[in-house]
Amino acid sequence: MTCQQTQELLHGYIDGELDLVNNLNLERHFEQCENCTVEYNNQLALRTLFKEHAQYFDAPEILKKRIQKTVAIANEIEPRRKGLTQNWWRIAAAALILFLSALLIWTVVADRARPQTNGLLAQEVVSSHVRSLMVDHLADVLSSDQHTVKPWFEGKVDFAPVVKDLSPEGFPLFGGRLDYVDNRSVAALVYQRHKHYINLFIWPASNSSDQVNHESTQQGFKVICWTASGTDYCAVSDVSDADLQEFVRLIRN
Amino acid sequence: MNNFPTFEEVTLPHISAAYNLARWLTRNDHDAQDVVQEAYLRALKFFGGFRGGDGRAWLLKIVRNTCYTWLQRNRNGVGSTVSEEELEHVESAMPHPEALFLKKINRELLTRAMEELSLEFREVLILRELEDLSYKQISESLDIPMGTVMSRLARARSRLQERLRGCLSPEA
Repeated sequence: MTCQQTQELLHGYIDGELDLVNNLNLERHFEQCENCTVEYNNQLALRTLFKEHAQYFDAPEILKKRIQKTVAIANEIEPRRKGLTQNWWRIAAAALILFLSALLIWTVVADRARPQTNGLLAQEVVSSHVRSLMVDHLADVLSSDQHTVKPWFEGKVDFAPVVKDLSPEGFPLFGGRLDYVDNRSVAALVYQRHKHYINLFIWPASNSSDQVNHESTQQGFKVICWTASGTDYCAVSDVSDADLQEFVRLIRN
Repeated sequence: MNNFPTFEEVTLPHISAAYNLARWLTRNDHDAQDVVQEAYLRALKFFGGFRGGDGRAWLLKIVRNTCYTWLQRNRNGVGSTVSEEELEHVESAMPHPEALFLKKINRELLTRAMEELSLEFREVLILRELEDLSYKQISESLDIPMGTVMSRLARARSRLQERLRGCLSPEA
């Protein structure tokens, strides 16, 4: 490497902007050239001088405040018009996200208004169903007679559940029970299917419009919930899907 | 998703960098404040064209251009721009060790020598030595090719050394 080349690259070397090969070439040249080494040291000294003595003018506080104010005012007067046109896709993305969030919130709220679509509710009725089997507390009123079961609820819940006898269809009524679901007292009717039990939870709906069946499975139990005639229903059982669907169909008719 | 920074996020951390550059180029506080204020208004206007990346280099470019317009408008060319060609002959002298001589330089002398430099030398030194900008950032701020950054820095430094010598020796 010649002295001229070295002088040309010297500043890149000092500023750490050279590639490895040029760095090495320069260092090799410094080892054998006194003049270039002197020049290099002079540049280093100048740099040190600058670092030590050059004044860095920090912005006065009053200027900082004024600029923050200017920016704030400008944002109010002209809310990012350029940004809007140039960054339309970002705005679009933001709008989409806003829309999706709104949709999500709406869905969740709607879910709360319609308990039968609420996973938490399904979980709750399954728990009740399991508990009723576990503690041998299936029914408070043991009767296969709908005319015995229905009046039993009088004075115990603030509504009159419809109690159907489905014995001819193979779902004999087993009894009735008071239970507690969705933060309120509900009527639980117990039907039998062969050796299995079906718990049918009934309570007044918070949302009076009819809702179609919402089916889900929790811990292996099938849950079907729906709303009809201002009443919420949830049927829970470990019978086959087809049996439970048939049961729900019969109740709804 | 790509979270694009706001104007405030991009520019407000660099008010001092903006002021420092403007202060060195205009050489007084009052003008520097005016320039920075104006530069921020311009930056607001052009923010739609900001493609991300280095906010400081982007802002300093606007500050620098605002300075130039401002100096032309208010000082009618007092900005003392010496053409670079004029200096070509200066560089070939035999180098002498200068570390000892430079020890005599204090802040005041350095400031004076800096202020005597042309705008283009002063600005490149400020960006490199005080802002620690890389050659790439400097090339963005000054709108010059990367290769020019190094040669301009070389000339600026050599010019500064010359000025410093002049500041110390009575015959200069």
